[in-house]
Amino acid sequence: MKVSRGTRLSLRVVALGYLFVLLAVPIGVILWRTFEPGLSEFVASISTPAARSALNLSLLIVAITVPINVVFGVATAIALVRGRFRGRGLLQAVVDLPFAVSPIVVGVALIMLWGAGGWFGALDRAGFQVIFGIPGMVLATIFVTLPFVVREVEPVLHEIGTEQEQAASTLGADGWQTFWRITLPAIRWGLTYGIVLTVARALGEFGAVIMVSSGFPGVSQTLTLLVHSRYIDDHNTYGAYAAATLLMGIALVVLLLMTVLDRKRSDR
Amino acid sequence: MITVTSARKNYGSFAALDDVSLDIPSGSLTALLGPSGSGKSTLLRSIAGLESLDSGTVTIQGRDVTSEPPQRRGIGFVFQHYAAFKHMTVRDNVAFGLTIRKRPKAETARKVDELLEIVGLEGFQHRYPAQLSGGQRQRMALARALAVDPQVLLLDEPFGALDAKVRTDLRQWLRRLHDEVHVTTVLVTHDQEEALDVADRIAVLNKGRIEQVGDPVTLYERPANDFVMGFLGSVAQLGGQLVRPHDIVLERDRATALALDAKVADSPGVIDAVVERVVPLGFEVRVDLRADSGERFAAQITRRDAAELQLHEGETVHARAVARSSVVEHDPALAI
Repeated sequence: MKVSRGTRLSLRVVALGYLFVLLAVPIGVILWRTFEPGLSEFVASISTPAARSALNLSLLIVAITVPINVVFGVATAIALVRGRFRGRGLLQAVVDLPFAVSPIVVGVALIMLWGAGGWFGALDRAGFQVIFGIPGMVLATIFVTLPFVVREVEPVLHEIGTEQEQAASTLGADGWQTFWRITLPAIRWGLTYGIVLTVARALGEFGAVIMVSSGFPGVSQTLTLLVHSRYIDDHNTYGAYAAATLLMGIALVVLLLMTVLDRKRSDR
Repeated sequence: MITVTSARKNYGSFAALDDVSLDIPSGSLTALLGPSGSGKSTLLRSIAGLESLDSGTVTIQGRDVTSEPPQRRGIGFVFQHYAAFKHMTVRDNVAFGLTIRKRPKAETARKVDELLEIVGLEGFQHRYPAQLSGGQRQRMALARALAVDPQVLLLDEPFGALDAKVRTDLRQWLRRLHDEVHVTTVLVTHDQEEALDVADRIAVLNKGRIEQVGDPVTLYERPANDFVMGFLGSVAQLGGQLVRPHDIVLERDRATALALDAKVADSPGVIDAVVERVVPLGFEVRVDLRADSGERFAAQITRRDAAELQLHEGETVHARAVARSSVVEHDPALAI
């Protein structure tokens, strides 16, 4: 199709303008508001006990979520690609469920299940607090981040096929050796990409986590909850901007990592 | 020695192996030859343990390995598409089996060096498979399979993915390698020329059954049935019987043809045919003919005979067969 110079230019302007208004301006405003009073103000705002606790809690949730998602995600992907069992189609659909279900629904469901009055409420009454505790927030985060590792590893498994694994077995490798030496190195880029996506989503999760968190500053606030409570409850707009910038900074690092990895992956 | 006894394998209602029994003598290079879907790959993979049999047994060097996994069968396997470990260098690929077995580093290094030299990849040891040509990858795969000193070497269409020139080179090379290393080797191929070229024994498979086993000369000259005859070498149908095109003699004079034909036992008789086309093939000449019955066949005669006959299109000649490779009556059901 031949497009005239004028059309091409105006299309470009529209596309860039769209991105600018919807993405760049909001982020720019937050950055500008954050650093307007100076760097020291920003540092002070993100190093209060509540902020530090929120950062730690967010990182803790990521640290628990990622290994669990890696183990079960890889296992699920292998089952989906290599398995020949009934209900494989159903499992495919279930894996995508977190993409379709609103996080807030996840939060409500978790309360109904694990809350004091829920099906597994006995655990709560016995003193092991799931809802309004860290376990609840981890459960919520795992739910919303579950598809990433599976969906990134699956196509790679398809692509590599089973011949390399069969070759390893004829050379004397047992199941575990084949997995560690052949399968895992072969899927490592897909897996890494899945992990990066999981980290980004886990850090940014808000809807599901707010439902199951008690929300006490310095105790059970993640970074997203901190932004929310500073803005809504404390009317500390500057604090909210600063915390949001911190969140964005971490996300930016993750995004950068992702781009680098992606480039490395396409080199192969 | 590999012994397969009464092997059966079904995929749904399709019988890939239908009561197959086969002995493969130690030190031989045996080709499993057949069209696609004949069960040759399934048979090889069953020997390797990559496929499990529905019934029947496999023994390798007297040991029943039917229920053993591939890693405990003492085999080396080479795949059509190389199955190279993409994330490892050539050296690590070849060393894989030894690393798994936790052999001492020095021993592994020595063995790998030796194998890389045998397969001619000394200078490529630090490359990755993606940086090798198809032929080099397959040689690497061979070295990798040989590194663990397998009792048997199994090759599944090893040259199938390579282009014609490399394929011929590599199979000559495989033949020489086998003469040096002497490991019992089984090669799956659908290419009769390849089987005749490298193997000292050929098992012809068709529809999950073994049609005939023997050395290449026996199979070519005394095929057990029309299928084997048709699959190994070209055939022509003369008077309802299958003959090799080079066993057909053309005569100008009918009386001479009849007199000479009378001396040949079980001959299909003298067939009058019209020359449709004369095709020079270098050393030989192919003559496309049409018999009175409407049956078309081709005779392959030497250049000199063709010159003496002075054949022209549209002329009638008298065809007879000198020696027939097959002694079976033509069965239309087996026609190729």
